Amino acid sequence: MNLRKLAIAASVSAIGLSAALVSPAATAAEEQFFPVLAYRTGAYAPNGAPWANGFVDYMKLANVRGGVNGVKMIWEECETAYATDRGVECYERLKAKHGGATAVQPLSTGITFALTEKAPVDKIPVITAGYGRSESQNGAVFGWNFPLVGTYWSGADVLVQHIAKKEGGFDKLKGKKIALVYHDSPYGKEPIALLQERGKMHGFDVSLLPVAHPGVEQKATWLQIRQNKPDYVFLWGWGVMNSTAIKEAQATGYPREKMYGVWWSGAEPDVKDVGEGAKGYSALAMQHGAEPNSKVIKEVLASLHAKGQGTGPKEEVGQVLYMRGLISAMVQTEAVRVAQGRYGKGKRITGEQMRWGLENLNLDQKTLDALGFAGVMRPVHTTCIDHMGSGFARIHTWDGKKWNFSSDWYEADQKVLRPMVMLASAKYASEKKITPRTPEDCKK
Amino acid sequence: MAFFIETLLGGLMSGMLYSLVALGFVLIYKASGVFNFAQGAMVLFAALSMARFSEWIPEWLGMDNLFMANLLAIVVSALVMLAVAWLIEYLVLRHLVNQEGATLLMATLGIGYFLDGVGQTIFGSDIYKIDVGMPKEPVMMLESVFEGGILINKEDFVAAFIAAMLVLALTIFFQKTATGRALRAVADDHQAAQSIGIPLGRIWVIVWCVAGLTALVAGIIWGSKLGAQFSLSTVALRALPVVILGGLTSVPGAILGGLIIGVGEKLSEVYLGPYVGGGIEIWFAYMLALVFLLFRPQGLFGEKIIDRV
Amino acid sequence: MFYRENGQFKTTYQSDQQIFAIPQDRWAILAIIAFAFIGIPLLVDEYLFRAILIPFLILSLAALGVNILVGYCGQITLGAGASMAVGAYAAYNFLIRVDGMPALAAILLGGIVAAAAGIVFGAPSLRVRGLYLAVATLAAQFFWDWAFLRIKWFTNNASSGSVSVADINLLGWTISSPTDKYLFCLGILVVFSLAAKNLVRGAIGRQWMAIRDMDVAATVIGIRPMYAKLSAFAVSSFYLGVAGALWGFVHLGSWEPAAFSIDRSFQLLFMVIIGGMGAIAGSFFGAAFIVVLPIFLNQMLALVGGWFGVEVSIALVSHIEIMVFGALIVFFLIVEPHGIARLWSTGREKLRLWPFPH
Repeated sequence: MNLRKLAIAASVSAIGLSAALVSPAATAAEEQFFPVLAYRTGAYAPNGAPWANGFVDYMKLANVRGGVNGVKMIWEECETAYATDRGVECYERLKAKHGGATAVQPLSTGITFALTEKAPVDKIPVITAGYGRSESQNGAVFGWNFPLVGTYWSGADVLVQHIAKKEGGFDKLKGKKIALVYHDSPYGKEPIALLQERGKMHGFDVSLLPVAHPGVEQKATWLQIRQNKPDYVFLWGWGVMNSTAIKEAQATGYPREKMYGVWWSGAEPDVKDVGEGAKGYSALAMQHGAEPNSKVIKEVLASLHAKGQGTGPKEEVGQVLYMRGLISAMVQTEAVRVAQGRYGKGKRITGEQMRWGLENLNLDQKTLDALGFAGVMRPVHTTCIDHMGSGFARIHTWDGKKWNFSSDWYEADQKVLRPMVMLASAKYASEKKITPRTPEDCKK
Repeated sequence: MAFFIETLLGGLMSGMLYSLVALGFVLIYKASGVFNFAQGAMVLFAALSMARFSEWIPEWLGMDNLFMANLLAIVVSALVMLAVAWLIEYLVLRHLVNQEGATLLMATLGIGYFLDGVGQTIFGSDIYKIDVGMPKEPVMMLESVFEGGILINKEDFVAAFIAAMLVLALTIFFQKTATGRALRAVADDHQAAQSIGIPLGRIWVIVWCVAGLTALVAGIIWGSKLGAQFSLSTVALRALPVVILGGLTSVPGAILGGLIIGVGEKLSEVYLGPYVGGGIEIWFAYMLALVFLLFRPQGLFGEKIIDRV
Repeated sequence: MFYRENGQFKTTYQSDQQIFAIPQDRWAILAIIAFAFIGIPLLVDEYLFRAILIPFLILSLAALGVNILVGYCGQITLGAGASMAVGAYAAYNFLIRVDGMPALAAILLGGIVAAAAGIVFGAPSLRVRGLYLAVATLAAQFFWDWAFLRIKWFTNNASSGSVSVADINLLGWTISSPTDKYLFCLGILVVFSLAAKNLVRGAIGRQWMAIRDMDVAATVIGIRPMYAKLSAFAVSSFYLGVAGALWGFVHLGSWEPAAFSIDRSFQLLFMVIIGGMGAIAGSFFGAAFIVVLPIFLNQMLALVGGWFGVEVSIALVSHIEIMVFGALIVFFLIVEPHGIARLWSTGREKLRLWPFPH
């Protein structure tokens, strides 16, 4: 190779690199910056893309509505491809832009674990609405993690409650067999502790069937299910693993009516290409399901998509994962509002102030209705100690074409959850040498 | 007993599907000494192209016939795969003749990245459906012999049958046609083949095209089973132990290796897995291949390695 | 002109056996090290430290390990990520299970455990060769991936299977700020690179190279293949293990087995082949290329889109990113199959004659 050309190419790209890295940090006082760690490529893209679209659409909607007391929301997406190291790089890249990130949502359990270490140093709240580590509900130890609206333990608890109700009471669960088909990663393993705890309480048997990433090979798993004939199958999958599991259930003749997924296994991309074969399959709805008729969705369609300013395809608006992104964004903008109430209306707030907002969030039904979320979700009320805020969930069932609600509201039993949360977070605190915050610390 | 037979059958079926991907590896390695890591990406690319064209063609032509749409999509995808194969050979591997194995391996990995990117840019990164009318519901057989009968997955059965047909066709192609003979000659000795007037460049193009078509068949079958999605490219990793167990240069090896690995991993997962927590099938397949290699370092049917100083 | 060694006479054995026999090299290396220790911390911001420099240093160390095995001993491995995982988890277990264990000692012990595991999984190399071996090393990769997910003892019974460690404390120096972390990794990397440079020019390194060039011939002249191959596996795994422990302790702080997945193994092999097999410097070039290029492309493409007034979606950006990445790899392999290190040595050769090439 011609060395001179290479040298020129190298120096040109070096100049470009420095230009790219040192982009001007335009700081306008009245803008609130949110990094959006998303994945629109790779194995999990079908599920990651609608989430990001929903998140961004709500931010746009919030601006259309006039921002939070006039403060405009700005955001920047960064592609993580569900990989931890890319996620960390994205976080580092975006955290200081536009005067500093308000909060960060990793959208991957692996990235959550990594950011849990970094966020307290940078004083940026990590928001994991419906995922992340379940013990981070304990705000005393996990000061910067917010598993808002639900954790895997609360989800698994609701599932157990649901099948108990179907069977006719917790005492009927004795001797039942439940198989957990899970993504072999920290994400998939989260519910195990709770299911085993509940299994001890009620005398049902939990068998664990891990599926290796990305989950396209499940023949042996379903052969085992066919052999053991469990009474229920819980599915804790993500991405292509979900649809493969349902297809394998179909191929081995396991009744879909006895399959229950977590809320990350119960969205349109999971069942779409199975169609009729997935009929009867149920999944948790993390409060919301598919909500094409809700007020907020109509507003999004009218004020964004009708004007060609929407994100992503129009058909996707109101779907399950889209709604989850939307709700995640809503909770955050509302937290900004709360924080502004204390630190000055119409002012940009910092990550630390945002944490106060997130810890004092009180979204009652009236506020939710006003925001257009009537019927979509229930009130969320967080405190300094409880970073989850709400443990409600429903079940919805796929009828071959769309998701329909098939149960009433359940609430996770804090009597079961709380001791587990305390135990696990105490262990974390001792490993990391953290002194838990006291109620006095919270008032600061 | 019935369950054992079911597991065994399940293993054999997945084995055939692995063989289908493994064949692509073997074809190319045999003729050009390139260990083509891009095979997985080619399968994905083929599946995506099949899925999307069968969706687009009815839109473009305004027709509503699933069979015609699929047929046209297969033809178009085959042309696409031929073009891809030719481009890979022409733009990359032609320039890397006589390089070390590791360099070639990395080059094909680079091609794999490129194909992943192109495929997703053109065809999108959602999960797409390939509907070639594969039967989805299971059937029960021999219910009189065993209690509960044996569950047969018809889709797997059809897939295994197609795979077997493909192998048969390839064998006939290699054994009976003039081009096939030329290919075997090249595989045996590049220089000798060249000296008797076989055009190496053309042979390599043909081999890549055949591998591209094999990828299309694998892509359609796997895609119809799992949906055409990015994760399809990882099936290549499942096919690797098959290739080394069977021998990098042997077509029958790919088939037999596939069957051994398929049965081995299913039996291990079902009967051994529960004792160690499950999820062992991936590494078990590799361990199985490794154990075979310790006895035959060149794989079951691979060419014997002779060392001379 | 710059590299002309005419007139430099070596009068003692000692000066003949230096690591860097040419003064220009010696001074250049010293200058680079001094700049890395003093200059960079003054110039660089936090993003560069955390997102680029620290991963670069740690992955350079890992690439060094892979290069010893692949470049010097000729045994292709796709199980490098597994060695890193073994190092990281072993170091974690030493740290939490032994009271008062200093973190640095735990990291080094992690390396030793990784070396032992490397010997076990390197044993097939005595019988299996070439691509067959490469695929066989994947057995180690998938086995360890599985083991750290499944065997709870390794993760101290963490319910989710992921582990985390507190900041490292080294003789009263708490390593928490990005600069501290950078300096800590840099220190380790410098020591290990010099050790590697020395190893490969010593007796053992020459044995490795003999095995690489032709193992039957090496056996004939009296090199024991078992000793040579397994020692290469051990040393390489030691380097990888230490790198893995650093990746977990210093870079991530909290990790799961997926941090050391098969993609990492491929990435490391890329670094070695793009950088240059059988060249210590190649590991650094390769690591820089593989770490910086995707990030650079990613940011560059969005920026270029901005110049033309188009907002490029991040999906398109990352698709183009992997396309360009793949194409560049192929391009590099075609124009310089021996890696960037070879380009560098060609360049040095030219500098020697410049400006009078005849």
